[in-house]
Parts: sequence; structure tokens; C-alpha cells
Amino acid sequence: MSTETPVAAAATTAPPRQEGGVMSRNRGVIATVITAVLALLWLFPLFWAVLNSFRVYEYTQANGYLSFGGWTTDNYRQAWSQGNFGLHMRNSMLVTIPAVLLTLWLSSMVAFVLARFSFRFNLTMLGVFLAANLLPPQALLIPVFRMFREIPLPTFMSENGSMLNSFWALILVNTAFQLGFCTFVLSNYMKTLPHEIYESAELDGAGVWRQYWQLTMPLVRPALAALATLQFTWIYNEFFWATVLIQQGDKLPITSALNNLRGQFFTDTNLVAAGSVIVALPVLVVFFALQKQFVSGLTLGSTKG
Amino acid sequence: MTTTEEVRRAAQDVGPPPQRREKKLSPRDRLVVAGMLLVPIVLVVWLVWLPALGSVVLSFGKWNGFGDLDTIEWVGTQNYEDIATIYPPFWPAIQHNLIWLAFLFMFPTVLGMLLAVVLDREMRGSRFYQTAFYMPVVLSVALIGFIWQLFYSRDQGLINQVFNTQVDWYGDPDVNLWAVLVATAWRHTGYIMLIYLAGLKGVDASLREAAAVDGASEVRTFFHVIFPVMRPINMVVVVIVVIESLRAFDIVWVINKGRNGLELIGALVGQNVIGEATRYGFGSALAVIMMLISSVFITIYLRNVFREERQG
Repeated sequence: MSTETPVAAAATTAPPRQEGGVMSRNRGVIATVITAVLALLWLFPLFWAVLNSFRVYEYTQANGYLSFGGWTTDNYRQAWSQGNFGLHMRNSMLVTIPAVLLTLWLSSMVAFVLARFSFRFNLTMLGVFLAANLLPPQALLIPVFRMFREIPLPTFMSENGSMLNSFWALILVNTAFQLGFCTFVLSNYMKTLPHEIYESAELDGAGVWRQYWQLTMPLVRPALAALATLQFTWIYNEFFWATVLIQQGDKLPITSALNNLRGQFFTDTNLVAAGSVIVALPVLVVFFALQKQFVSGLTLGSTKG
Repeated sequence: MTTTEEVRRAAQDVGPPPQRREKKLSPRDRLVVAGMLLVPIVLVVWLVWLPALGSVVLSFGKWNGFGDLDTIEWVGTQNYEDIATIYPPFWPAIQHNLIWLAFLFMFPTVLGMLLAVVLDREMRGSRFYQTAFYMPVVLSVALIGFIWQLFYSRDQGLINQVFNTQVDWYGDPDVNLWAVLVATAWRHTGYIMLIYLAGLKGVDASLREAAAVDGASEVRTFFHVIFPVMRPINMVVVVIVVIESLRAFDIVWVINKGRNGLELIGALVGQNVIGEATRYGFGSALAVIMMLISSVFITIYLRNVFREERQG
């Protein structure tokens, strides 16, 4: 798992408001300066990684890291081939994309039922999913591990014929863990939809499935987009399950493949930097392209007034 | 408060109260509803709840995991006694997890909250600063361990070069926990800031203005106006920080698999399953200890959610 504890925070999108006006001008300036300095400090590690990923090892060895010069793009080429990043990146995508889609699909169905109907078991069910989301995965490791070792899969699904070391294991485990958060967010979102739309849909003779698929799903598209962004980064970043359930090196997704690379790259920090940048790139791209979705995904937890 | 909220309220005013007058579902629809719930429930019960139960059961046995279930030797609470008495890494791990928790609260959590309060006042460049702080949030913790290697490496790290020292920041058991915590804080601060920023959006601006007009100092305004409004978020943050501290695993596993000064409970479970010795019963007992601690906070969290649900 990513050590993310995906708890939905209470949040609303308030109308734009004026300057808070709480801080006096002077203190405001001081706060701004401190914040600016901290922000630069926060950017520094990534900046440093990018900078040194473009430098020749021999040069930095001879002149120290505080020198300037020795530029190259070779580290990327070397890290990419030595770390077999093409393969691991592909593995990551083969796990992440299906897992995100499956999570959104399953959780939207549960969320729909929770929001649309008021069955007596609604709260219990929400609890079952949400609590699962918060349990430490280590607590479930041994039974899941042992169970997966016993489950045979046909060879077209997993080359070694077992659930262990297969992408299926990671897709299902990640989905099971993320269902709670997504269900919670989506059902809260769906509850904000006016109830009459369902009444008129019923008058038109639309069954439950059509109400879900053709009526509700298009309306919750913003929430789905936000969750997709968030889940993509979380599952791509997931480390624990991939580390313990995949023991075959060439099957590792990229985040947990880092673990093996550390030994190979250990002697060359610039290579470490290049490798780090490569691994960070997909999530950074998603982050900058879809920043709004990412943030709102984290915060659209409960839109309850 | 929000537009969607208004829509919902308006809807409530006009129509019959929603969700109350449900017509009986047709048999076909009932089947559809059951179908929609079935797959997700099966998945979560199979991969979360049954394994949780399984860990509890296995914790009372001795098993190397290779044979069938009937090769398990049941030993009662022996595993728990062994953990507490003759398993050297256990108490250090507990201590490290507690330090982890205290550190996360004292530095990144407080800093994240302060940053949120400052950045919430639409100051110039606020968006840029926010981006800077939460950029590390999108990186995996394992990757962060990797990136900080550039600072911590003994021979090539920046810190040793600048200060002309020879410290092995990740390797020396006297300092490595703190080095790891600093790297973790880099990520954690932005996460907490985001959560508070979201929560602060709900604080009515007029409340603060009124306080400002009354001549209340910022500090007073913060503690008397803003902090109380943030109470529900504070609760969420407490749960997040506790659970994250308990789950912490990735970064120490990347560094040295949780040994030599970096023992954490989560890593100990891993060591007992995929390490050299597979001790399933023993590992399960550790897992159950984690589960018990987390369940306290999960309960607190769920009670909070349920209260809100009922009110909503």
C-alpha cells in the first residue's frame, strides 16, 4: 500500500472570499517571507535530484557536489537499461490502470446503493468498507500471502500458475483496500444529487441499473475524475503489497523495483538521482496536469453541510 | 454552503423527504441491487476481513507455512509471551513507532496546520507555495527514501560534503531513525496542509472578520475562532497520523528492511514472513498487536463518521 491513510476530510467549496484580514500587515509580511523560504526548502530535494541526474559521476567525484559542470544525459540511459525500467513501468501500468478502473466501478455501485436507498444495513456496510481501508495491511499479510500461494491460476493469467507473483493478486488487493475510501467519497457526492431525478426516472420506467449507469454515473463524473487521479498515484506508489506478493524480480512494479535497484545503484548517486526522476515522472505529470482533481479528490470527502 | 448543497436543500423543500418513501423494489430490481453489492462485498470480506480473522487464529499457533493447515501446532498465547520477553527487536520497534508518532505530531503536523492557516489567506503566490508543499505528497514513500539518499549517503551525500562530516545517515543506528523521520516529514507536511486547507475553506470568513474588528490578535483568533471550527478535521488528522505511524514500513524497508536502528512493528511482520525464517504464528501475533492498536482509532473514526451520517 502507499502509506497513505486515505481519510476523507470534511470539505466544501466555499464561495470566494476576501482577504482573511486576520493578520496585521507586519506579521503578514513575516509570515510570507517564512513561507517563501520554507517553500524553496521544500522544492530543494527534487531540484537537487534533477540537477545531479544530469551530471557525470566522475566529475562530481573529482570536484565534489558543490561544483558546477560535467553535464550529461547518460545517467538516464544507463538507469533506464540497468534498472530495466521499461519492463517495470509496464508492470506498473498493468497493475495500476485495471485496479483504478475496477475500484471506481465497484465502489460507485456500492455508493449508489448507499446513496439511493436507505436500507437498514447501509451504515454497517459503509463501516465494513471504511474500516477495511484503515487496517494496517501488515496485519493481513500472512493469510493473504499463504492463500495466494495456494490459489492456482491458468497459465494465460499467470505464467507460473499461481496467484502469488501475478498482477491479479495486486489488482485485487489494491482494489479491496481502496474500495472504502472511494465508496465513502462517492456516496457523499451522490447524496447531493436531487432525489427527484430518480422519481422521474422511475416514472419513465428506468430500472435500478439504468438509474445507476445512465443517470447517476454521468452526473458524478467530476468526483470520478478526482478519485481516478488520486487512486492512480496511490496504486502506482503502492509498495508494501507489491514487495511481499511479488517475489519474481521481472514482475515487480516500478515502485517496489526500487528496492532491488538500490544495491546496483548504490555506488553512484547520480544514477540514483536519474532513477528517482524516472520513477517520479508519471506521478508528477499526472499531478501537474490534473492538480485540481488531485487536490479535490483528497478533500471532497464529505460535502455535508 | 455549497452549490450542490443548495440544490439538495432546495430539493428537500420541494419534494417529499428523500429516501423515506421508497416504493417496494420489483424482484428484478432487488436482484440488481444484490448483484451490485455482491462483488465488492465478496472482495473486501475475502481479502480483508477473513485474513484479519486468519491472523488472529494463526497467532495462537506455531507454523512454518510450508505444510498444510494441520501441521500447525497450537501453542496458546506462547507467541505473545515470546514477543514480549525474548524477541529483542520488539521493544525497540514499539519505541521507534512511538517516536515516529510523536515526531509526526510535533513537527510536520503542526507545521502543516500553520502553513494551511497562513496560505488560506489568499496571499500573493499562495498557489505556488501550496504546490511546493504538496508536491512530495504525490511521490511514494519508497521513492522518497531513495531521493534522500542524495543527502544522506556517507561518501556522496550533500550533508557530509557541506559539513565535512563522515556520518552514515541511513546506516548509523544512533541517527538513522531521525534521518528517516526528516525525509518522512518532507512528505507528511504537505499532506496535513492539504487536509487543513480543505477544512479551513469551510470556516466562515465573516467569523474571522468579526474577530479582527473586535481587535482580537491573530493568536487569539486562531485559538478561539479557527481552531474550534477545525475540530472535526483535527480528529481526522489525529487518526491519520496515528495510523500512518503504525503502518510505517516502506521507507525503512527500502533502506535496510527495518533493522539496525530502524525496527518498526510493520517491518517486523514482514521479516517473519518473507525473511529467512518464516514464522507464521509469531508474525501473526505481531500483526494482531498492530490490529488491536489500530482498531481503537478506527473505532473513533467510524463513530465520528456515523454520527455525521445520521445527522446528514
